[in-house]
Amino acid sequence: MRIIPKKVEGIKFGLLSPEQIRKMSEVKIVTADTYDEDGYPIEGGLMDPRLGVVDPGLRCKTCGSRVGDCPGHFGRIELARPVIHVGYAKLINKILRSICRACGRILLPDDKIEAFRQELRKAKRIGKSEEPIVEELFKAARAVKKCPHCGEEQLDIKFEKPTTFIEDKQRLSPIDVRERLEKITDSDAEVMGFDVEVARPEWMVLTVLPVPPVTVRPSITLESGERSEDDLTHKLVDIIRINQRLEENIEAGAPQLIIEDLWELLQYHVTTYFNNEVAGVPPARHRSGRPLKTLAQRLKGKEGRFRSNLSGKRVNYSARTVISPDPNLSINEVGVPELIARELTIPVIVTPMNIEHIKKFIRNGPNKYPGANYVERPDGARLSLARVKNIDELLEKIEPGWKVHRHLIDGDIVLFNRQPSLHRMSIMAHEVRVLPYKTFRLNLCVCPPYNADFDGDEMNLHAIQGQEARAEARVLMRVQEQILSPRFGGPIIGGIHDHISGAYLFTQPEVRFTREQAFHLLYASGINKPLPEPAFVEDGKEYYTGKQIFSLLLPEDLNLTYKAKVCKKCEVCKEEECEYDAYVVIRNGKLEHGVMDEKSFGAFAGELLDRIVKDYGTDAAREFLDNVTKLVINFITWRGFSTGIDDEDLPEEAKERIAEILEEADRKVQELIRAYNENILEQLPGRTLEETLEMRIMQVLSEARDKTGAIANEYLEKEEKRRKHENSARIMAISGARGSLLNLTQMAACVGQQAVRGERIKRGYSGRTLPHFKVGDISASAKGFVRSSYKRGLSPLEFFFHNMGGREGLVDTAVRTSQSGYMQRRLINALQDLKVEYDNTVRDTRGVIVEFRHGEDGADPSRTDWGQMVNVKKIVQRYARKEAA
Amino acid sequence: MRRVDISKHELVPKHEVLSEEEAKKLLEELNISRGQLPKILKNDPMVQKIKAKVGDIIKITRKSKTAGESVYYRVVVNE
Repeated sequence: MRIIPKKVEGIKFGLLSPEQIRKMSEVKIVTADTYDEDGYPIEGGLMDPRLGVVDPGLRCKTCGSRVGDCPGHFGRIELARPVIHVGYAKLINKILRSICRACGRILLPDDKIEAFRQELRKAKRIGKSEEPIVEELFKAARAVKKCPHCGEEQLDIKFEKPTTFIEDKQRLSPIDVRERLEKITDSDAEVMGFDVEVARPEWMVLTVLPVPPVTVRPSITLESGERSEDDLTHKLVDIIRINQRLEENIEAGAPQLIIEDLWELLQYHVTTYFNNEVAGVPPARHRSGRPLKTLAQRLKGKEGRFRSNLSGKRVNYSARTVISPDPNLSINEVGVPELIARELTIPVIVTPMNIEHIKKFIRNGPNKYPGANYVERPDGARLSLARVKNIDELLEKIEPGWKVHRHLIDGDIVLFNRQPSLHRMSIMAHEVRVLPYKTFRLNLCVCPPYNADFDGDEMNLHAIQGQEARAEARVLMRVQEQILSPRFGGPIIGGIHDHISGAYLFTQPEVRFTREQAFHLLYASGINKPLPEPAFVEDGKEYYTGKQIFSLLLPEDLNLTYKAKVCKKCEVCKEEECEYDAYVVIRNGKLEHGVMDEKSFGAFAGELLDRIVKDYGTDAAREFLDNVTKLVINFITWRGFSTGIDDEDLPEEAKERIAEILEEADRKVQELIRAYNENILEQLPGRTLEETLEMRIMQVLSEARDKTGAIANEYLEKEEKRRKHENSARIMAISGARGSLLNLTQMAACVGQQAVRGERIKRGYSGRTLPHFKVGDISASAKGFVRSSYKRGLSPLEFFFHNMGGREGLVDTAVRTSQSGYMQRRLINALQDLKVEYDNTVRDTRGVIVEFRHGEDGADPSRTDWGQMVNVKKIVQRYARKEAA
Repeated sequence: MRRVDISKHELVPKHEVLSEEEAKKLLEELNISRGQLPKILKNDPMVQKIKAKVGDIIKITRKSKTAGESVYYRVVVNE
């Protein structure tokens, strides 16, 4: 196929003149009926065969082409009386007010008109908007009461939305309006911003209505054989019907009143034909009561032609299904159901090298995996393998140059996506692993970048069709290339939940394995590495520590020191002697001190993972992540890990202390209130006395809650040691696997202050929140302080306050998502084609420079140390360790 | 009324007019025409202060959180 190069020089918008409408129309539509009793379209009806073809097999009566080739042809309706085009009503109003009711000239002296003309020309020359100048002219002309050209007194014109004009209590009919617009001279029209060649003002009042081709409004045949017409056809039927009645009445010489009523009705139908959402006009409805989707509705908004069909399109070679987790896949992989693998295809060109291999796919055909769905001849003709009867005959014909659309197989590169696609990690390239069942499977480490979970989430998959795209996806979009986030320069892909608690437990100092256990664990995790010397021998048995086994996964020359998530941030760091084992030291690839937790390889936080990606590359990082997650998952499954309500059990002593603290807080609040009443409260700068009181109370209460939390944590920890049994909830919180200490506090000790709009709860009755309190009571409990813990349960009043706070949270999230979604849309529309050029400048498509250096420093954040260009401390540390070793 | 020298304000970065040669060199280096540079209005207070004319290129040196100091260029335009 030869491509004829064409360049769009420009686009010109104009109005359709009545002559133009008649010229482009093939048929004058006169009857409101569409089909006769036999189901054939009526000539001169809305489905006239000359308007184009929609039924396959038939030829168009106008151009003689078949379905796909006939573009469709316009028809027309000759309106019995002119009507205003709603879309231009506002402009017509402005013009009517600016021109003389008698002579039709602009209500300004010639020299002023000339001045505006000059200004317009200048604006056009330098490419500035002409609109403000024209607006200026309308404003100036409106104020004139007497025509400077013919001396006619001007009457006040009122515009009644959407299509009525009233001049001094006298209604202007569209005929009057059109007459006035006709009187405008070409030169005056130009000053009002018209290009008279393509848009005369009077064309804004319609005398002929174009009827779009049937291809624009195809009717659909329902299963029952019944025909269902498009909304536009329905609307056009209405217009023709009224138009006919109007015409008959005019011819019969009916009273003026009846004619005007019908005219008004015609105006209504034409208005809603253009736009069925005009303010002040009741929308035209379908028989079922559903508002009709007319011209403007087809284009407008999210479901309109622009956003839904032109900016975004449905594509082939894609699939969508529910996702589920599979820790045995690599982060680079995606599990694809066989059912989908048989449907999605990859085009492969037959060469002498692959011909035998490819023939196997063809032989399997579309239903046996791995097969092929289509073959394409060198001339581009496609043969469906489902329809080929004699495969052997076809196989004979296959030779280099043919194209075969074979099924997806293991190792194919595909794109995987989860909406909303908020950042580039929302679409990543994965390698296919064809698996049984019907869900897409993915490694848990890629949940954070997609923001996916498995409560019913669905994801999309796209099979790449071209070699260049495949190469590009592999190099740039593969999951392992996306481990580092360009947002904060740390890993966004990493361990979550059980990976973290598993690693934490695995690397505890007292964890030990026999030789058999160690081998079993490594084998189950698919790690093929020799064990080091055992850490110690007891009763003749060799034991290995968790840290030793973990070290097998680390690069051999890795040296790294950092403080783990469990670090208590003591005033004096004991470093390697840390009693919590929070000081991580890796020397020559051996984990010597410290436990692994969120800070080691967790998503968003992993220091160790960060080091590995940045120093050893993405391949090493992928391997590390795959192995480490498998290892710790196997460990934690074998070991067992579970949590329950008794993880929040506190001894009586702790409960008493918590109650005491809350009593104390209550007393302090009463004290503050007393001080306020006696006017001895010290006012905070920039606050009123009342605000000061509120702030102090809030402060006291939040301190109280924190203290109860600290006590709870203290006792939970004590109990752990005493009973030699770990507290799973606490482990998850401190290692960063899931939940926080605040969550624990609320469950075990005290829920704390409930807030609405950042303040203690104050709404309800006048002077009090609930009738259970005295008017003016501002004590802790009367304003939404919840003393109870979730475990103990809330009192009815506390529950009510808690619900108020909780509801606000829900509403906030709902509002925030929609608002940030819109903000994102606008940002992306504004920034979409900015690009960093090779000289580091940021330019748009016209080459206009936006930034002279990307981000002012030209840095790629994902190659920085958490946004910091150089971290001298880390570099020194790294080399110092190396030399010492 | 007291006249304030706005260029002394800490939030106003340094503005300088590029000489003919400097301007030519800059445009050549970036391989662009004047129209592709960011603009600044001729009645911008700093433009008037340094008496730049329409078509002049102004070099703006700012303090930057990420880069320490960053350079920006703008061409003076009429409106």
